[in-house]
Amino acid sequence: MAEMDTSSGGGHKKGPGVKKGKKLSTRVDLTPMVDLGFLLITFFIFTTTMSQPTGLKLFLPKDADKPEDQNKAKESGVLTILLGKDNNVFYYEGMIDNSNATSKFKASNFGSSETGIRTIIMNKKKTTPEKDFVVVIKPNGDCTYKNVVDILDEMQISVVKRYALVDISEVEDQLVKITEAAGAGN
Amino acid sequence: MGRPKISRKSTVIDMTAMCDVAFLLLSFFILTTKFKPSEAITVETPNSVSSKVAPEKDVVLVTIDKSGKVFISIDDPAKKEILANTINTKKGLNIDVKKFKAAEFYGASFASLNNFLNLQKEQLKGELLPGIPVDSTKGANELIEWMTYIKSTYEGSRMNLLLKGDNLSKYPYFKSVLDAFKKNDLLKLQMVTNPENAPEGTDLFIQRKTEDVSGKKVDE
Repeated sequence: MAEMDTSSGGGHKKGPGVKKGKKLSTRVDLTPMVDLGFLLITFFIFTTTMSQPTGLKLFLPKDADKPEDQNKAKESGVLTILLGKDNNVFYYEGMIDNSNATSKFKASNFGSSETGIRTIIMNKKKTTPEKDFVVVIKPNGDCTYKNVVDILDEMQISVVKRYALVDISEVEDQLVKITEAAGAGN
Repeated sequence: MGRPKISRKSTVIDMTAMCDVAFLLLSFFILTTKFKPSEAITVETPNSVSSKVAPEKDVVLVTIDKSGKVFISIDDPAKKEILANTINTKKGLNIDVKKFKAAEFYGASFASLNNFLNLQKEQLKGELLPGIPVDSTKGANELIEWMTYIKSTYEGSRMNLLLKGDNLSKYPYFKSVLDAFKKNDLLKLQMVTNPENAPEGTDLFIQRKTEDVSGKKVDE
């Protein structure tokens, strides 16, 4: 039971001649109850705001049947990001073929360091005219859903207006796997 | 020197009013909180900087769990009924519409859908269930058909397509799901994520800051 406040705190003073009544005060000390109340309030405030999931919007492109319907991008403005297993990220600028694969194909990661993909996207964005800048994302079969969402999230973070999720080509897939096997991805 | 008399005031404060406020707020928060329902399928969603809260009405949720199994759930019972009837006529199945309506999610091929609906609640655990077949290398991608029926069910009304994937699920499953959406011209979807803040110094961070100062959105 709650403790009864028997002290005369807050009560009116009586003159010296007046006999003190032996009535017990009915006041209850509400301080612990208030404490408990606010504790619960904070708990509910935290749980409400935290369990609210957000939605990351994704607009899929319509499959173009004819090659001429496909969007063409200027070669100089394209940044291709490849996702491999174990959170490996690779990228290259422009086009890639067998002759320049080793020099253009570079490894990166999800961190925000110098070599992190965020810095690379930002640098590319700064050095390219806005209308030409396109990021092409090519996940291979070994990467996880988290990697894909993370990279889409990087697009939001760096405010990239044009980006596309594209299937990886055989050559690129091989390139990723060879580089991963060589241990350069870390 | 005679000191002025300081009337000693009691230090006891009347807590009743404060207590009232506290419990009023408490009851408000209790009533407005929706606890996360314990889900049969455990999914850990990735984080994103998106600040838009995922919709809760007219939801068609496609879930990919960590082993790549795909499940569908729909929140509107009326739509579920229509969907059940559509599946019955289109696939020639004889599924129990009532059971279909009662089920919280669907995770079986059309052929074994009847068995799936007859499962007890204890058996409806993500790891025990087959999931909807999506891998086109191992048979048909049945999600395409599911999405076709769902799309026709929602014809003319609002539909929020949500995708909830587990951090560890592999990309091919995600791609099969996207393919199924694309084949049905469902090109707008939202991925369920946990919110996080935009990292400092990035373009989005700067954009959001200017929005805060000017009080309006630059663009969405």
